[in-house]
Amino acid sequence: MDVLGQLLNTTLVFSTALIFAALGGIFSERSGVVNIGLEGLMMFGAFAAAVGGYYAQDAGMGAWAPWIGVLCAMAVGVLGSLIHAVASITFKADQTISGTVINFLAAGSTLYMVKLLFDGAGETPLIDGFSKISVPWLSKIPIIGEGVFDSYPTTYLAIVLVLVIYFVLFKTPFGLRLRAVGEHPSAADTLGVNVNRMRYIGVMLSGMLAGMGGATITLTTTSTFAHNTISGQGFIAIAAMIFGKWNPLGAFAAAVFFGFSQAIRNYVQLFEWSQNIPQEFIFMIPYVLTIIVLVSAVGRSSAPSALGQPYDPGKR
Amino acid sequence: MYRLKKIFTTDSYIVPLVAIVLGFLVGAIVMLVGGYDPIAAYAALFKRVFGSPYDFGEAVREMTPLMLTGLAVAFAFRSGMFNIGADGQVMIGMTAATVVGIKLAFLPSFLLVPLAVIAAGLCGGLWAGFAGYLKAKRGINEVITTIMMNWIALFLANYIVRTFLLLPGQNRSENIPASLSMTFLNSTFDNARLHWGTLIAIAAAIFFYIFLWKTKQGYEMRAVGLNPHAAEYAGMNVGRNIVKAMFISGVFAGLAGAGEVLGVFHYQSVFAASPGYGFDGIAVALLGLTHPLGVILAAILYGTLTYGSAGMSFGADVPPELIRIVIGSIIFFIAAQGIVRWVLKPFYFKRKKEKVL
Repeated sequence: MDVLGQLLNTTLVFSTALIFAALGGIFSERSGVVNIGLEGLMMFGAFAAAVGGYYAQDAGMGAWAPWIGVLCAMAVGVLGSLIHAVASITFKADQTISGTVINFLAAGSTLYMVKLLFDGAGETPLIDGFSKISVPWLSKIPIIGEGVFDSYPTTYLAIVLVLVIYFVLFKTPFGLRLRAVGEHPSAADTLGVNVNRMRYIGVMLSGMLAGMGGATITLTTTSTFAHNTISGQGFIAIAAMIFGKWNPLGAFAAAVFFGFSQAIRNYVQLFEWSQNIPQEFIFMIPYVLTIIVLVSAVGRSSAPSALGQPYDPGKR
Repeated sequence: MYRLKKIFTTDSYIVPLVAIVLGFLVGAIVMLVGGYDPIAAYAALFKRVFGSPYDFGEAVREMTPLMLTGLAVAFAFRSGMFNIGADGQVMIGMTAATVVGIKLAFLPSFLLVPLAVIAAGLCGGLWAGFAGYLKAKRGINEVITTIMMNWIALFLANYIVRTFLLLPGQNRSENIPASLSMTFLNSTFDNARLHWGTLIAIAAAIFFYIFLWKTKQGYEMRAVGLNPHAAEYAGMNVGRNIVKAMFISGVFAGLAGAGEVLGVFHYQSVFAASPGYGFDGIAVALLGLTHPLGVILAAILYGTLTYGSAGMSFGADVPPELIRIVIGSIIFFIAAQGIVRWVLKPFYFKRKKEKVL
């Protein structure tokens, strides 16, 4: 076994959920709606995947059960994001507030339902989840083969989605409209784009993707949903989205960076020289590094200009 | 007198009140769907809080850090920033108070305690001020830096406790000799862990109000919060105001940390994960409409609900997580005031007709 390959592989396992959620954040924020609720949406997804996956497995669906879990997560993620959409788009509520609401409702309702469904248990029953798939003969390539081409199906899906979403956002009329609505809604409105509809779509897509992110965590890492299954990943995904300048490729790179720094924790301790460094400092590395990179990077972080503002056609 | 009347006749208080009622209703519906008895659950909740002097004191103890973190988030909001980092600032404040409280224990306590509290406020302020500095000088989004600094604070606090202050064989620091406890209330409140931090919190709220609405510096901060470009055009130093606002915000959070270690626990644990003070603070700030009086009231509500939720599970067998649904719904209805006004519409029409007659 090759250490580098393993490290790369673990990195991708940790990154996948962040990639999904950060992509979701991009859809919402590019359309002009702040989504601080990614954490809650991931929680909804993780919960739905654990429950849906459990019942599907119980019904004897075998290898298809995790996919049912993913579908449930997407659906519940969209439903959760609708709360955010209704409050912040239709009723013009402060977007930060309604995002925080999502986090609260998710933390409360998922655990409440777990206790209801499973007789007061604090977590869902263990499920099988996904198993890794190795791509024929590509997985024979040294390092990269073991690192990339022997991964969970969700990882492949995430990487494909990065490219698809990049294409959709920057090369299709739909993407142009979505971005226009986030940059200059009244101009977009003048040209016949339905601002609120585009924003609804953006927020719902973000719910779907964040839900998939949450599902990834239960189906590839924890195999169960408990109160601490999602603990800060949503906020890291927000950081990855900002770090990646609201661009799918940038967010992908940032998510992989955060995943890498999660993974390296486990590997650094294998080396003898690391024994002299207090473990807390090793844990700190990714967060310190992020700040350093942000400080030294040229150019300010450029959010969509209408981010956070409800669209009011009567206002100029 | 006229102003007082105005406060109670404008609908600024109607919407939050209706939102609270609607939030409880949502919670009741969720309980009914789950097959629980909502009336018994809410009765158990309030009985837990107001049932005994001890529980009442403990509920006040629970409200105290919420007031300060709520003020911290609200203050930053007023100056146009989103401080997600109150959590880290609380941890840094705790650590500073613990270090001073243990390492300078040779000082007489009338010096030691204020010193520990000041250290907590100062370190919390500097921790937040750094994020403000990065925003002012390099234009780095404070959301991302404060999220990162939460994690750094968690590990830094653990490192300091584990390396310099550890009680041998335990996962926590030595006991702190400095104490903020109100020991003279012990007999009245049956040894509930009441401490001076509550008064510090109320003083902070008063400072918040006077500073922001009665001083020139506060005026500048609000101007920067409302429109940084206009403020700059008017000759205000936007960058300096950002750093100052974040510093003050962090001081509030740091003081919350001092109250927790000096007044409640009297030691500092090694945290397995973020203790979550800051995220509660966001909710409290939003519930309180980022006004100091509102924040204090919101912290009282929030503290009552979270402390009472444990009573719900004992008294009515309802999962305590339900209370998060109630809190979330209340914030939702406050945020989406349109919904509340829509609910209230029939009543409003009635009242107006009466006036015409």
